[in-house]
Amino acid sequence: MNDAIVLKYPISPDDFTRAGEASSDVKGKLKQLGVSPEAVRKVAIAMYEGEINMVIHAKGGEITVEITPERILMILADVGPGIPDVEKAMQAGYSTAPDEVRSLGFGAGMGLPNMKKYTDDMRIETELGVGTTITMEVRLG
Amino acid sequence: MDKFYHSVRLDEELCKGCINCIKRCPTQAIRVRGGKAQINSKFCIDCGECIRVCSHHAKKATYDRLDVMKQHRYTVALPAPALYSQFNNLDDVNIVLNALLLMGFDDVFEVSAAAELVSEATREYLTSHEEQLPLISTACPSVVRLIRVRFPNLISHLLPLNPPVEVAAAMAAERAMKQTGLPREDIGICFISPCPSKVTYAKAPLGTEKSQIDHVLAIKDVYPQLLSHMKAVGEDALELSTSGKIGISWGRSGGEAGGLFTESYLAADGIENVIRVLEDLEDQKFTNLRFVELNACNGGCVGGVLTVENPYVAEVKLKRLRKYMPVARSHMDEEENAESFVPWTTGVQYEPVFSLGENMMESFARLNQVERLCRKFPGLDCGSCGAPTCKTLAEDIVRGQASENDCVYYLRENLHRLSEEVAVLADDLHAGGSGGQDTLRILKEYIQRISSEMSLLDNKDEESEENG
Repeated sequence: MNDAIVLKYPISPDDFTRAGEASSDVKGKLKQLGVSPEAVRKVAIAMYEGEINMVIHAKGGEITVEITPERILMILADVGPGIPDVEKAMQAGYSTAPDEVRSLGFGAGMGLPNMKKYTDDMRIETELGVGTTITMEVRLG
Repeated sequence: MDKFYHSVRLDEELCKGCINCIKRCPTQAIRVRGGKAQINSKFCIDCGECIRVCSHHAKKATYDRLDVMKQHRYTVALPAPALYSQFNNLDDVNIVLNALLLMGFDDVFEVSAAAELVSEATREYLTSHEEQLPLISTACPSVVRLIRVRFPNLISHLLPLNPPVEVAAAMAAERAMKQTGLPREDIGICFISPCPSKVTYAKAPLGTEKSQIDHVLAIKDVYPQLLSHMKAVGEDALELSTSGKIGISWGRSGGEAGGLFTESYLAADGIENVIRVLEDLEDQKFTNLRFVELNACNGGCVGGVLTVENPYVAEVKLKRLRKYMPVARSHMDEEENAESFVPWTTGVQYEPVFSLGENMMESFARLNQVERLCRKFPGLDCGSCGAPTCKTLAEDIVRGQASENDCVYYLRENLHRLSEEVAVLADDLHAGGSGGQDTLRILKEYIQRISSEMSLLDNKDEESEENG
């Protein structure tokens, strides 16, 4: 029996140039595993959205990716302000991103909705002033 | 034909076993083993990057010699638009085309003319296939090969139209048969190419079963011959050109996209940039794009390794040349049968060559092993083991193509540890500790291991000296 493959990526705040490194690395590994292209696509999109969110809204954090032959689990834990109204944040187009972030082309309010759309399961645990942990799962056929 | 056919090869005699090429290969296809570079044919996409960086000229492109022209009763030259950009002060492409006839070709068919037809067909395809947007250009064979092995999610976005050179070859062959009455095998269709990637295409095309290109010649071989014949052409060059701005512009990056009359396109050139764009496309980071033009070489086709001029100078020359040209001179409705030559007749299949194992479970175990190995290696990516990075060495090891001892640091650390243990044992013996005979036996074993590992290191030194 194989152990789960566990990958950890620290995410630094306010560094847009590095955002996407973690999802890109995971994508490469999934291709080496021979995971279906569709699952690779879902993970890449959902995780990149999450990474960008952590850069924009949180003071950094860590992404843990657990891969087993059955599923890919992404745990995005940040130290940030927390999400005051999860229901609102889940609405397409709702955004609290500051203007300087929007001027970079981010902050369209599609982060969380896209993360949900491209994963089979998503859970949000958030506490104001403490941080947010988002757990996403993509199941493998 | 082998689906992993390659036109970029190694000259063992010239290879010194240095690490320049392994470091620069964009698909990490090269390893140095036994003091010589080896190209993994499944990973290689014939981009020609290693030809550029090898200071010993040990990487070479295979293409045809000029005398292949003699093999046919009737030959047609297919000049790439990049050819026109190689000459100083050229104002009229007809001079080049006439010089090709003086060189011995019986006819010329401009790739840029076929390019205008492909541009037209692309415009139509874009409007009728909204669901496939953004469409990715398939003119650069290295890009198509890269997508085939590395970007399975983007295969459905490939523009399913033949590259201009293939359309030109098919039309030229048909025209020649009609004009001469000769059978197809007596006619030689010779493409004058800026890059080896087109050689690969001609031998093992993607998108079509069999290419109509019979031979691929290098611009750098044709160039010196053309120069002298161009002087002989003089002032009154026959009007042979059938292409305009759109066709000629295909020779440089952005030219193909420019002919689509849309502003929502992206054009990237240089293989590293191309990979970055493909990664981002796969993650859907771009929105509202209709077309993506990608060229493996810097500057586009003018940057091919078989050209003679600096790509950026060539681009300026191309601009000067197109200045007074009409927008386009070749059109679909004027060309008989053109419709049948443009669309792909076969699809492109994903080739998961980077998988670590034969099946998911094996790949899984191997990826775990790679992670463990990476923690053990120093992470210096020094290349001494013959692999470009510590990670690729780890991948080679789990695939059974290398061993941990290929890492000099790992080997050295092992030696250190062994010698320390020997020292402890020797101290023990000296202090008259218990089990004297046993300790002595273990000590002997350790010393043997040290000398065998030392000889491994020596072998590595010899290897590099032999090739140094």
